[in-house]
Amino acid sequence: MAFIEIRNLVKHFPKRGGVLNRVVGKVHAVNGVSFDINQGETLGIVGESGCGKSTLGKTMIRLLDPTEGTIRFDGHDIADLGPAAMMPYRRRMQIIFQDPYSSLNPRLTVRALLKEELSFHKIVPPAELEPTILKLIETVGLRPDSADKFPHEFSGGQRQRIGIARALAVKPELIIADEPVSALDVSIQAQVLNLLKDLKEQFGLTVMFVSHDLKVIEHFCDRILVMYLGYVVEEIDADRVHEKAKHPYTIALLGANPIDDPDDRRPLVVLKGDVPSPYNPPPGCPFQTRCPKVEDRCRREMPPLEGDGHRVACWVVNEPADAVAAGAE
Amino acid sequence: MNDRSPCLRVRHLCTSFRTDRGPVTAVDDITFDVYPGETLGIVGESGCGKTVTSKSIMRLLPDHITRYSGEADFRGTNLLTADESKMRRVRGDSIAMIFQEPMTSLNPVFTVGWQLDEALKYHTSLNKRQRRERSVEMLRLVDIPNPEKRIREYPHQLSGGMRQRVMIAIALCCEPEILIADEPTTALDVTIQAQILDLMNGLKSKLNTAIILITHDLGVIAQTADRVMVMYAGRVIESASVHDIFHRPQHPYTKALLDSIPKAGGTEKQGDRLPAIRGMVPSLFELPKGCRFQERCDYAEQRCIDLEPELVTGDDGRQVRCHFPLDANAKLTVGATS
Repeated sequence: MAFIEIRNLVKHFPKRGGVLNRVVGKVHAVNGVSFDINQGETLGIVGESGCGKSTLGKTMIRLLDPTEGTIRFDGHDIADLGPAAMMPYRRRMQIIFQDPYSSLNPRLTVRALLKEELSFHKIVPPAELEPTILKLIETVGLRPDSADKFPHEFSGGQRQRIGIARALAVKPELIIADEPVSALDVSIQAQVLNLLKDLKEQFGLTVMFVSHDLKVIEHFCDRILVMYLGYVVEEIDADRVHEKAKHPYTIALLGANPIDDPDDRRPLVVLKGDVPSPYNPPPGCPFQTRCPKVEDRCRREMPPLEGDGHRVACWVVNEPADAVAAGAE
Repeated sequence: MNDRSPCLRVRHLCTSFRTDRGPVTAVDDITFDVYPGETLGIVGESGCGKTVTSKSIMRLLPDHITRYSGEADFRGTNLLTADESKMRRVRGDSIAMIFQEPMTSLNPVFTVGWQLDEALKYHTSLNKRQRRERSVEMLRLVDIPNPEKRIREYPHQLSGGMRQRVMIAIALCCEPEILIADEPTTALDVTIQAQILDLMNGLKSKLNTAIILITHDLGVIAQTADRVMVMYAGRVIESASVHDIFHRPQHPYTKALLDSIPKAGGTEKQGDRLPAIRGMVPSLFELPKGCRFQERCDYAEQRCIDLEPELVTGDDGRQVRCHFPLDANAKLTVGATS
């Protein structure tokens, strides 16, 4: 059994409107997503803004309540647990946010910040608080005098290190890293990625890495889920994504990433059309409005995510039209 | 390339600000030329002065705390000393600028059409009907579907990519000689970024516009720029053709920066560490005496600590600011600090 098993997870947000601010519809942020994460694995979630990747991460660790579906964490379904029952699990799953400034309390020093967390979850006896805090600060590569500073005194990269120290303080087993390096400069980004990689090895963490940057995901993760408008459209091993990716959207994402070589200039893959609104998605495949290979049945029915290991949700790729025609004859 | 005359010549540009902690020089002695139909890429990390450079040329920085020196020669006028009425005629007309945040740079209370019309009203002698036709034509040029309908819409009704395309339409409606694009795609998704870059490349060849492209994304530079200027802590540290920058970088910083990006489908194995650059950019208030990159450089020697290197121009027109430039022909592994 996998460490984490997500089955048919759905998250809808109510959309309010009109004079009375009544619920007039729902935004389909995550639409029936199923996948596993094994212990010690790094799973990457990639997709563009609004595809539901962050919502998926937050719903998985119950920062948001799922609308439907099951979340099995180490064999226990935590999807419907109440606040008290959830508490022991909270310690075991932590999240690192994109913006390290708004996710750290500006009025707490680093010491106070870490202390709060350590004492709340009773990780160490009070006498050992101070050495544990200093150890944590050292682990994430900050100077010992950082303990008495406030978040605003640090640069973006250092703040992200504090965010990581905060997540690590309670000895979690699962870390959700939600765009942890997107706000950082390239040279700092590499430092933070290396740090995350080292800590993952050192503490045997299971990581779910959410990012819009396919290059970073490819570098960091073992397996990739590609999301589009609340659906997982492809699941593939990270080292095969360049050769074996099949879904037209994954291929477009790969092609739209500018290559770091001026001698390899090729026309970027330019998708026509716009992303449909998650408030009122069209029936059928969510990618139909921009897909270069769109067919009639894509407009009627959502293709299932199929395959063994490498899963793809696409009618055209999974059963090419001529095969269907041949079967019908 | 050198037989054409540049449309913008910047010489020894210094921009300093008066702050509570004393004066600080954000851009220090920058010299470059921009040629028609060419894209000049300016790369660097946050705080290196790339945006200040572009805003100095446009004189968009707050006057009361900013001091300029040097020269930015555009058609015989020094933009750094020109009076405000002259600048108004230049801005949006001969030199246009697009910014990173398309939402905050469009006015939310006016329609797209109104904002396009405003630029045309100030800078052209077209009448109302002609201006409207031109607006629709511009929106069509930047691939906005249904321009007749979109022209009556407000910025909040458009998606991020469409807003940026509207910004480009406004910037280009007076056919500027120079387009300054400051991180034009940073806030956008990659598939939308591809659309915008494709559009900018097309316009460059169609209208022979010179583009100054400011970005921290080396992939974008590799795909669009002709020449590249790398900045670090307010200084130009290397300037060369895009090919040389990527394949024969001479400054250790340029090389280390290139190495620190994860390679797409690259040769490195998963689980490998990235060759990161240690430390961080020095504060502009506490610049070291010698080379500004010394603390993070693997090649720093005593001379780098004592003396700041000059920007040296080589025979091939390449410029580098380093006492020990990397041998262009040798394969080097720089910056692999783990």
